[in-house]
Amino acid sequence: MEKRLKPTDIGAPGYFHKVVDCQWACPAHTPVPEYIRLIAQGRHADAYMVNWKSNVFPGILGRTCDRPCEPACRRGRVEENQGEKPEPVAICRLKRVAADYKGDIRERLPKAATAKNGKRVACIGGGPASLTVARDLAPLGYAVTVFEADSRAGGMIRTQIPRFRLPESVIDEEVGYILDLDVDFRPNHRVESLKELLGHGYDAVFVGSGAPRGRDLAIPGREEASKAIHVGIEWLASVSFGHVTKVGKRVIVLGGGNTAMDCCRSARRLGGEDVKVIVRSGYEEMKASPWEKEDAVHEGIPIINYRVPKAFTHEGGRLTGMSFEVVKAVYDESGRRSLVPTGEPDEHYPCDEVLVAVGQENAFPWIERDIGLEFDKWGMPVLDESTLQSTLPGVFFGGDAALGPKNIIWAVAHGHEAAISIDRHCRGEEVAVRPPPHMNLVSQKMGIHEWIYDNQVVPDARHRVPLKELTIALKDIRQEVELGFDPELAWKEAQRCLNCDVQTVFTAKLCIECDACVDICPMDCITFTEDGEEAEVRARLSAPARNPSQDLYVGAGLKTGRIMAKDEDVCLHCGMCAERCPTGAWDMQKSFIEMTHAGPGCRDAAARKAA
Amino acid sequence: MTYLAKPKLHHPDLPANALGFTRRDYEGAISTLCAGCGHDSISAAIIQACWELAIEPHKVAKLSGIGCSSKTPTYFLEKSHGFNSVHGRMPSVLTGANLANRDLIYLGVSGDGDSASIGLGQFAHVMRRGVNMTYIVENNGVYGLTKGQFSATADRGSKSKRGAVNTDEGIDLAILALQLGATYVGRSFSGDKAQLVPLIKGALTHPGAAFIDVISPCVAFNNHDGSTRSYDYVRSHNEAVNRLDVITVHKEITTEYAPGAVQEVRQHDGSVLRLRKLADDYDSSSRIAAMSYVQGRYAHGEIVTGLLYVEPDATDLHESLGTVARPLNALGEKELCPGSAALEKFNASLR
Repeated sequence: MEKRLKPTDIGAPGYFHKVVDCQWACPAHTPVPEYIRLIAQGRHADAYMVNWKSNVFPGILGRTCDRPCEPACRRGRVEENQGEKPEPVAICRLKRVAADYKGDIRERLPKAATAKNGKRVACIGGGPASLTVARDLAPLGYAVTVFEADSRAGGMIRTQIPRFRLPESVIDEEVGYILDLDVDFRPNHRVESLKELLGHGYDAVFVGSGAPRGRDLAIPGREEASKAIHVGIEWLASVSFGHVTKVGKRVIVLGGGNTAMDCCRSARRLGGEDVKVIVRSGYEEMKASPWEKEDAVHEGIPIINYRVPKAFTHEGGRLTGMSFEVVKAVYDESGRRSLVPTGEPDEHYPCDEVLVAVGQENAFPWIERDIGLEFDKWGMPVLDESTLQSTLPGVFFGGDAALGPKNIIWAVAHGHEAAISIDRHCRGEEVAVRPPPHMNLVSQKMGIHEWIYDNQVVPDARHRVPLKELTIALKDIRQEVELGFDPELAWKEAQRCLNCDVQTVFTAKLCIECDACVDICPMDCITFTEDGEEAEVRARLSAPARNPSQDLYVGAGLKTGRIMAKDEDVCLHCGMCAERCPTGAWDMQKSFIEMTHAGPGCRDAAARKAA
Repeated sequence: MTYLAKPKLHHPDLPANALGFTRRDYEGAISTLCAGCGHDSISAAIIQACWELAIEPHKVAKLSGIGCSSKTPTYFLEKSHGFNSVHGRMPSVLTGANLANRDLIYLGVSGDGDSASIGLGQFAHVMRRGVNMTYIVENNGVYGLTKGQFSATADRGSKSKRGAVNTDEGIDLAILALQLGATYVGRSFSGDKAQLVPLIKGALTHPGAAFIDVISPCVAFNNHDGSTRSYDYVRSHNEAVNRLDVITVHKEITTEYAPGAVQEVRQHDGSVLRLRKLADDYDSSSRIAAMSYVQGRYAHGEIVTGLLYVEPDATDLHESLGTVARPLNALGEKELCPGSAALEKFNASLR
């Protein structure tokens, strides 16, 4: 039998969520278009609360997030081959606007639980993952204790992100919102033994201790010149706490990740005049986010690629420089890259200090191996990736401690999931059963040519975030470089958002196949055609659907027996199809999708009824 | 009521034609017709046809009369010349323009009221004179602007939206055009662009009077049961006699068909019309056979569509009148005022 396309089930929880590319890509699934609309309306506090609920640290993330949402943003795809460089909406920096202009929102935050539920949870580490667990569980009545080795909460947010990117006041504010929920915070308390901690009878333990150890570089000269060689993240923490206030004039930063970028930019502010980044891989393959690389280059820091460190050179215990082998990238048949020496003579770069930012590794010397908690061959805990439960049922992991170094937004997402697991675990419910997200779908039609959302598509290119003048910015490491969008510029940038959460909903039985939607669609997304096998149908649409990661919306049950196939890929969500539809077969409906967090919504139905 | 403009953004892979234009460059202002109007699909088909033929927009003059259909030239080819004339008088304006400047492509857009009622006389004469043009009637069988009275092309016995039965005989403009000497006559349906776009391309390249009757459902007043111009009725009674491929001079013919299945018509300018037969007994080279076939099927309730008739060796009004080969605006003073000796000579020829 001929293969047929299955009509799209828009009730399936993932379908419309996937259309909202930014929200789908966000580990915490923040309803991005929703808060961008609120910002455009000047409702900064409301926008902040939408964020706070889902990602806990809007002000922090609005400056530091790894922004997986932005590469996913549909705007980047629809601008291809027209206008200037195609660019996503500046989602991350709009988030910061919500935080900057929200005013006082403390009244709107959950209150500390007045009645405790008698369950005790210990969080190890005071970083974003643990704080998220605390925020989700404390208002439910859990007694949450957070153990932190440093004097203040925040974890890597506080120790590894330089102040010129994230002012301390922002950290204090957002960390404070959580600690104010009657969370028992124990500073300067390093947990030295999990076995000992378990002995205190906690109902659940959450390990959010991060990936605290920076990888070192064992090459000749490391020992001899050790005074002038520092492991990047440890050096950043020392800078953050004020133990390090200056650096040599000539600094080499090794590594190509975001830590390397933070190191070089920090060095530039602590007296480094000749700061360069030297990296093994090519510039393009560096792990650092493109904008972090750009920021470093903007500050006059050269990035020298394809250099493999060979030795630290030294004289009488004093570092004099580093030598590197020059390599090139060679790809084998399967596309695997290897770095092969070019045969050119080794290069020597003189310097006074070296910052090694070549990666991080996890370390759990404080977890005894005889307590039933299994580790894999790489020394990482064996976990269920969705529940984050370890092989010891009451112990959960999250953040960099769970699945290796990632970023803040992943730590938050882990925190939410672990909190659900802990909530269910403490109530004796099956941890593996996960609550579905909440979704509702509301028509945006108000009348003829009247829609609740602003559907006019603006042609603007991405707006740049204003920066502090470089000479001032480089003088003081605590001086924030980015000034952030002001409300007016934020409004302009918000207009670039396509409102991908306002969905095109098709009702086949109302359709008279007049082609009005086909004719008006600016992106040629809609085709009425014969049914067939997906790959073949994709190839013969009005505009062939060449992006298989984006779904085809298929409507069946038309009078002519054809199907309606809409390529979701580059839909502008402008609503022109619904506007020109004579029968209302197309409607624009807002899909509001929200993750379920710990609390009554995540529990079994019977338990919910009883509550 | 405000109408949002259609976003300027287009599909990243939208192709460009030989002139470097995308299809979107041939669009006009956003339509203010009722949502779902067949006329909008015809506008889209005209846009597609002009893009595919890589016509320079400034080489086109679009002319219309009065009515829903006659509003549509605003919605396509915004870079072309336009003339929105008096009700039913588009053919004489078009004829005059064509005589003055024969280098433009003339596209007349009219409706069943404009052409079959108030303008029937003009329609007849522009056809019999053989003006080189493409004349499209967007035929919905109803007066949409005045809330749905039967038009002159409505079929006898069909029902209005409120249930009244039409007692007058309907005018078949395609039959009239055939009888009056049009050298390219087609009929199509706004809901079938695969058929309509090539028909328009063929008409635009045809060097004589080309007429296309396009059935275009009026969603507001003529898309109900009992109507013979509704989407459903036309779909279920549509009998296409052929499928047309238009091959312009520059393109090589590559597709092969079984002998007998295809009729090739080579036009003056070298373009080739390829007709793939759908009805075995249909012959589009005979005016009389075409009329007889269309009327015969009409008696059985069928609407015959496709390229009904084409005369490959068509001539036009300029040829009949022996006019000067260049547009009048390209003539200099010397040609326009040849002097008293020439006048004397001319006068003598009339004595």
